Amino acid sequence: MTVAIDRATGKRHGDRAPRPGLGRRIKNAYQRHWYAYAMITPVAVVLGVLVLYPLVYGLYLTLTDANSLNTARTIGVNHIDATYKFVGLDNYKDILFGPTAYDRFWSHFVWTIVWTALCVTLHYTIGLGLALLLNQKFRGQTFYRLVLVLPWAVPTFVTVFGWRFMLADSGVINTALHALHLPTPQWLEDTFWQRAAAIMVNTWCGVPFMMLSLLGGLQAIDASLYEAAEMDGASAWQRFRYVTLPGLRSVSSTVVLLGIIWTFNQFAIIFLLFGDTAPDAQILVTWAYRLGFGQQPRDFAQSAAYGILLLAILIVFTSFYRRWLNRNEQQLAI
Amino acid sequence: MSTTTVETSAPVPQQSVADTPRRRARGRGRRGPLATLASHVLLITASLVAFFPVGWLFFLSLGPDKDDYLHPGHIWHTMTLDNYSFVLQHTSFFDWLKSTLVVVAGTTVIGVMIAATTGYAVSRMRFPGYKKFMWMLLLTQMFPIAVLIVPMYQIMSDLGLIDTYLGLILINSTTIVPYCAWLLKGYFDTIPFEIDEAGRVDGLSPFGTFVRLILPLARPGLAVAAFYAFLTAFGEVAFASTFMLSDDKYTFAVGLQSFISEHDAQRNLMAATAVLIAIPVSVFFYLVQKNLVTGLTAGGTKG
Repeated sequence: MTVAIDRATGKRHGDRAPRPGLGRRIKNAYQRHWYAYAMITPVAVVLGVLVLYPLVYGLYLTLTDANSLNTARTIGVNHIDATYKFVGLDNYKDILFGPTAYDRFWSHFVWTIVWTALCVTLHYTIGLGLALLLNQKFRGQTFYRLVLVLPWAVPTFVTVFGWRFMLADSGVINTALHALHLPTPQWLEDTFWQRAAAIMVNTWCGVPFMMLSLLGGLQAIDASLYEAAEMDGASAWQRFRYVTLPGLRSVSSTVVLLGIIWTFNQFAIIFLLFGDTAPDAQILVTWAYRLGFGQQPRDFAQSAAYGILLLAILIVFTSFYRRWLNRNEQQLAI
Repeated sequence: MSTTTVETSAPVPQQSVADTPRRRARGRGRRGPLATLASHVLLITASLVAFFPVGWLFFLSLGPDKDDYLHPGHIWHTMTLDNYSFVLQHTSFFDWLKSTLVVVAGTTVIGVMIAATTGYAVSRMRFPGYKKFMWMLLLTQMFPIAVLIVPMYQIMSDLGLIDTYLGLILINSTTIVPYCAWLLKGYFDTIPFEIDEAGRVDGLSPFGTFVRLILPLARPGLAVAAFYAFLTAFGEVAFASTFMLSDDKYTFAVGLQSFISEHDAQRNLMAATAVLIAIPVSVFFYLVQKNLVTGLTAGGTKG
């Protein structure tokens, strides 16, 4: 029992003793760890019931042809039993290689990648730029910080509607562009501009988090390093390149990973900005939602299959990212 | 590093020598007036961009007509607070407020409670299955909503939990618990485990150690987890839009959408509601903002 707290070495005591029989070992393990297990029981139960079971159930649904017409449902007093049947991997085959697979999956896939890459790059560069500006000593610094955090402080579902009003056909943005004799794109109707609008809004929403995290990272860099660099005659660029960037590395690798996952999974912005109107500007997450809940009949099986594919993409990406970080001898801060 | 720089910069000594006295006089971290001006200009531009959409929403909320967003000039002459009184008196605003509070409070309490026990367990103990468990927590955090929403919908409708607060609270917990557990593990790791040992020596049970020694010490960490849970649950759109069906059970995230339907768009009322929602949450956010950022980045750093 007392051995349970042995975090410093990470070793389990008793490993070196001759191996006792299976029953004994289970009993020992139980005595040693019952408390740990008791502590994680609530979360294991919750995650098991709320995450694992739905995940397995979802996997099963992807192997069927379930939709809102053949699943079990109750209309008034009549209960109708489920009539969907097992179809094997047909859903995946259809999504990835079926007819019009390009329009349904691959175009959204490519757009999702572009969306994630562009948004995270913009988040990071703008966030870093603002963090560097804020990291100087001058008057009004706190004020700027408070204003710049505003997009994060106000809930996204509120600000997206503000943007929707601004981006409307004769809304304030187009009025301003018109006054400047610039072209006035149809932000909420034309596919290209829908995508541009989505990226713009998401960038606006996502910069403050990057800015604050990187500002924290900047402030944690030892000032004597800059002094030493200056003594050695390093230019401002060299100080940035060889002191600031390496000093930010661990914060950066964390926030970039978080940013990629959040942007890849971003639901609220596209869902609220376009509603049902923009089939081509949907990223995979919102597209999957649309299949499952935004159309009649609701195609549960395909929607779930999209979900599983998304998860697969994220898992593959994260493991590569971790491996890449490990090779560069960095500890991922998650 | 230092030697190479000295060597490479050697051929151009004149410039740096000429520069040095001025820079020294100014001191480190200070820039010339031009650079300061440039930073101010950039920061003011960025601040305007950050502020404008929110400010615009507020401005529109003062206009009496639902199409005022197309000709904002009108608002200057007709400015009124009617939208606000209408929203407060004739819409389901207070129903939405109640549902939002119930869901958010439920999610925060349940989520943080479960996450605290888990975080403590994984911070203090190494048990068989530890790595797998941590990996699962990490994985759950990055679930896109699309993974769980369909099976959840099926399960919840089987259980009759669609359109109930409990259903939404449970679903929100799935996203919050794993993250808070990570965050709290990071915080518990900073509490020396000599404290646990002292507690055990003084005759506390393991659970007593946790409740009476560690939890009080971890109050700041718990607060960060609670803030995070609160803000996440408050801003949740997808699950709430799917699982809450009746108007009086909408959370704000769903209720706000209901102003714009296919037939009608009461944009002025929507803007007023948006402002009413945004003010308290933003104030709360500003109060806890500092903790939140440290918690989000540094809190989880002990992998």
